[in-house]
Amino acid sequence: MTVKSMRQMKDNQSGVISSISAKGEMGRRIREMGLVPGVKIRIQGRAPLYDPISLKIMGFTLTIRNNEADYITVEVTK
Amino acid sequence: MQITIAMAGNPNSGKTTLFNALTGARQHVGNYPGITVEKKEGIYISNDKKFNIVDLPGTYSLTAYSQEELVARDFLVHEKPSVIIDIVDASNLERNLYLTIQFLEMGFPVCIALNMMDVAKNRGIEIDIDKLSELLNVPVISTIARKGVGKEELMKVAERIASSKKGSGAHLKISYGKDVDDTLKEMERFIKENQFMTHLYSPRWTALKFLEKDEQVIQKSKKLDKNFSTHLEKMVDNLSDHLQSTMDTYPEAQIADYRYGYIKSILKQGVVSHQDDDDRLYISDKIDKVVTHRFLGPLIMIAVIMGLYQFTFTYSEMPVKWFESLFELISDIASEVIPDGLIKSLIVSGIIDGVGGVLGFVPLIMSMFFGISILEDSGYLARVAFMLDRVFRVFGLHGSSVMPFIVSGGIAGGCAVPGVMAARTLRSPLERLATLLTAPFMNCGAKMPIFALLVAAFFADNEANIMFLITMIAWGGALVVAKLLRMTLLKGESTPFVMELPPYRFPTFQGLMIHTWERTWQYIKKAGTVILGISILLWAMMTFPGLSEEKVQIFEKERNKLKASVSSLVVKELQLYNKETELSKAAQELKDNLQKIDNRASETALRNSFAGRIGVFLENITQLAGFDWRTNIALVGGFAAKEVVVSTLGTAYSLGETDPEKNQDLAEKLRKAPGWNPIVAWSLIVFSIFYAPCFVTVVCIVREAGSWKWGFFSMIFNTCFAFILSVLVFQIGSRLF
Repeated sequence: MTVKSMRQMKDNQSGVISSISAKGEMGRRIREMGLVPGVKIRIQGRAPLYDPISLKIMGFTLTIRNNEADYITVEVTK
Repeated sequence: MQITIAMAGNPNSGKTTLFNALTGARQHVGNYPGITVEKKEGIYISNDKKFNIVDLPGTYSLTAYSQEELVARDFLVHEKPSVIIDIVDASNLERNLYLTIQFLEMGFPVCIALNMMDVAKNRGIEIDIDKLSELLNVPVISTIARKGVGKEELMKVAERIASSKKGSGAHLKISYGKDVDDTLKEMERFIKENQFMTHLYSPRWTALKFLEKDEQVIQKSKKLDKNFSTHLEKMVDNLSDHLQSTMDTYPEAQIADYRYGYIKSILKQGVVSHQDDDDRLYISDKIDKVVTHRFLGPLIMIAVIMGLYQFTFTYSEMPVKWFESLFELISDIASEVIPDGLIKSLIVSGIIDGVGGVLGFVPLIMSMFFGISILEDSGYLARVAFMLDRVFRVFGLHGSSVMPFIVSGGIAGGCAVPGVMAARTLRSPLERLATLLTAPFMNCGAKMPIFALLVAAFFADNEANIMFLITMIAWGGALVVAKLLRMTLLKGESTPFVMELPPYRFPTFQGLMIHTWERTWQYIKKAGTVILGISILLWAMMTFPGLSEEKVQIFEKERNKLKASVSSLVVKELQLYNKETELSKAAQELKDNLQKIDNRASETALRNSFAGRIGVFLENITQLAGFDWRTNIALVGGFAAKEVVVSTLGTAYSLGETDPEKNQDLAEKLRKAPGWNPIVAWSLIVFSIFYAPCFVTVVCIVREAGSWKWGFFSMIFNTCFAFILSVLVFQIGSRLF
């Protein structure tokens, strides 16, 4: 198992969020949508221009820009 | 006493659908004072009891960052509704409860409407409702808002809570880990001892908000007692330092993490059981595989947008024509009934034409919003934003900016009025303002006759290419100005794109109708009043002071002279002329010559009017861009509606009122007129693209931006910007060619 930045994850990869380093408004927005440590996510895909990312979390689909995903590290499970 | 019930919940939780199901047509939309967030209220009647229901904006949380969240929070704190109906999406329980928890922490009486139980069941999620109710200690009612299932029971329970007065005061207390808990307790005691803001918030909640660095609460307490709030902030800082050094986190983050932890622990106690398969693709995900596919996605998007366009401008064409004919009829009748003179001119040209022009947009707005509501309610609009965000972000905009741009005329022939109103789907304030202010640069249908005229006059061999180039100039200008605005006046971090892609859903018919009607009615109401005033003003400017008695005499003399020069039989023939008979050659000639005199009289009157004087006065400056007084008046008139530019130009060139669709004469005239050449044409094209939007659009900008400041800004800035560009085009062009 490896920990990597969410930006580096490939489509259909899943994992568990291990840390979030965003602060301020961005940190707040990220967290209130359920992106908190210990939560399982799966990368659904990317927009046609490879940004933003869409991911599955707690049963719903969330989108996040690459530069926002930089603040999130994920323990990749497969 | 009337009971007030607040409805709150996440966006896409079915809140609005439930609100519509409860109140039906008994609702009205207003604005919270000073801001653009909509305030929806409605009435629910059961057993002769009336309930006042307020639909709060959909939010994910109760922080102080977005206007929506502040509005929801302030309403709850200050208006103290008897009960909050919290709509929770059962198929998305974990995240939805995050908001619920915050209501409970504030100590509000809450009743949960566990919505979309059918969707949850289809996904194999089983929810033990009693268990959830027991663990959260609030009533939970299962509902299916789309079908109205469970709404009576929900309201019964809500009424019971509202009349029992119980429930308030039972604050939920979550543990946020030992360090935070200790500080929280200490702060709570301190706040309680000093009775600080306790009439509004519970001490624990105030303390929590300090820990979360909530700007609104901290500002408020600073105003009340500076020392006190500094003391609290110091306690927060101590905790922050401690958490930073021991666990590399900060209070706000820890609080959010523990809230989710608390929710998880509740769900794990047997509330949710599902044949869990995280990798399973739901129907929505399968649709997304196609609809947001790398190659197919953009193609489908283009098709959908073109479809929306076709739908709006084709299907509204008939009703628009009906409206036009109706107003023509009214104006004809008025012309017949009212004797010639100023009053007639005021009523026909000022009031009927002005108001008719505005109401003429109504079918267009209705069908546009009907289409957009379908895209929005079905969930597709969020996908468009997702796919285009990368492009628009470069210019400081947001993926959702695409709709307003396209509707405004991004594909030539739109209309900035519904375009500006479509910017409402943008949730981030800075990006929204930048979109609002630049969308009117797009080439709306009313600007097209200007381009058509100039292209026909000067670039007839190259029509299609030039038209395409004009569209590109509009897009380029809009995006560049958006970028400039975001770097200067609207400076600020781009709003995070963390956004939900809601599952695809069939929109409900009721929802679409209410949505469409609401927006249309707002337009009619607000625009109607202001616009009536401005159109009368513009009419006055182009009418007064009129021809001097002396000039009238001169033209009259000319007419008489002309009549005397032909035989009296011809004059008589013309007098008896009704449109059915054919005129003899001599009579036709007389008619044409008389018309020429009338046209010259109109030209002279126009030149002498206030608008004309402005035009003449401005000539000194506008000649830098190659515009003479005629063009100036036409452009001033274009502020009323861009359609007016061509017809005013016609009057100014003594051609009488010109039909914008049939402009061969005018094109011919311009081609030969002194002072006109292709470079002046380009200069005018550029000016027309960018200068002040028509006043209907300005009124809409004011409405959407929430202040006249931005209305004035769009008039002044756009005109200056357009003028600078035109001067550049004209000056550089004249030197090069």
